[in-house]
Amino acid sequence: MAEELNVRRLLCPLPVIRTQNKINTMATNEELLVVGTDPGMLNDIPTWCRINGHQVLDTQSQAGEYHVRIRVQHSE
Amino acid sequence: MSQPSSSTKQPVKRKALALVSGGLDSMLAVRVIQEQGIEVEGVNFYTGFCVEGHTQAIRERDKNKNKRNNALWVAEQLGIKLHIVDISEEYKDVVLNPKHGYGAHLNPCLDCKIFMVNQATLMLNKARELAGDEGFDFIITGEVIGQRPKSQLKWTMPVIARESGADDRLLRPLSALNLDPTLPEREGWVNRDELYGFSGRNRTPQMELAEKFGLTEFAQPAGGCCFLTHEAYSNKLADLWQARRKRDYELDDIMLLKVGRHLRPKPNFKLIVSREEGENNFLQGYRYQFPSFEVVSHGGPLTLVDGEFESDEDLQLAAQIVARFSQGRTADEVIIAYREPNGVTRELTVKALRPDQIKPEWHVGDSRPEIPPAPVEAEQHG
Repeated sequence: MAEELNVRRLLCPLPVIRTQNKINTMATNEELLVVGTDPGMLNDIPTWCRINGHQVLDTQSQAGEYHVRIRVQHSE
Repeated sequence: MSQPSSSTKQPVKRKALALVSGGLDSMLAVRVIQEQGIEVEGVNFYTGFCVEGHTQAIRERDKNKNKRNNALWVAEQLGIKLHIVDISEEYKDVVLNPKHGYGAHLNPCLDCKIFMVNQATLMLNKARELAGDEGFDFIITGEVIGQRPKSQLKWTMPVIARESGADDRLLRPLSALNLDPTLPEREGWVNRDELYGFSGRNRTPQMELAEKFGLTEFAQPAGGCCFLTHEAYSNKLADLWQARRKRDYELDDIMLLKVGRHLRPKPNFKLIVSREEGENNFLQGYRYQFPSFEVVSHGGPLTLVDGEFESDEDLQLAAQIVARFSQGRTADEVIIAYREPNGVTRELTVKALRPDQIKPEWHVGDSRPEIPPAPVEAEQHG
């Protein structure tokens, strides 16, 4: 069951910062669903995940909201 | 400890922390150090004044533009980790009371650079405390002497190194040959002969170096990527401080300065009038914090009120201005709903102001008002 992080109304780069800070408190293999309204998050959160080795499971846009589902993968 | 060549295997793997803005210079600085076999991680600071993405994310007509975050994009191109740090709260002191003063607008560029290098130094110190030699050894920036009129000058370079606390652990790979050797150079962690001596505003050396590294795509924000270097934005911030009779702001204030048309018909209130659908949607989210107007009888913009009405005449005037920006601007009557943040709403019927009744001086951002003195408690720190 994925934890949900609400970043609605926040603009870039705050959705990424909130995601980063949340993931830093989570364990490997846990899932996080980030929900926001800035379309830029569909680029930026997956980029941040690639840089840091976390796995993006799914991205969606629906009714003016954007969803990014992540599996946490801390290195070592 | 000191190996002459950094490209051979070293007993201690040296590691640098780079300030990454998303622009070309910091990108090149990282590549120059990576070329010497040094591991680099990046840090990017969020001040609240960053330009990129915000207006695009809000405005409907920009919805299809590429909305990537340049710092993240650069980090991926360089293959480095990037820490993005929200310093917006601590950064207020820099904007409200810059020890070295403002630039052409309300841009505190020198204090800003000192602050950011100081934040990086704190990260470096913390990492060294936790991991010793596994932590960071030095900090790099893309600074070039003579590149920026306020912060990147020959005399400001040592000031930044000293006042940030980084001292000689701060290396500027693009301008190093114009400066005294730093610790990483003296210790042989980096080879000074493979650093550069760029100076001045000419960008050709950077372009040539980018080509050498095979970097073909990069962002080049004119005058930096900060709203405080924009004249109209700084004028709006000065107006906010003047109206509140003190230098202060919340994150919402500085976000709203990026959105809509701002009119101040009287010192006690300002109207923020949306210019299109995207701004309308964005301002909707603020209706629970600010009083607002919506046009009921015609199509028209959502308008927020920042400040307080002192009389019914103020309210009438505001409604007439809102009507001016609606599709009922030539109608005999326009019905406007005035909504308090708690949801209490009442309707007013007004006639729109004529264009000549909207005074040019009401448009906030066109001129720079006087700003109040710096906060007293902050002065003591400065």
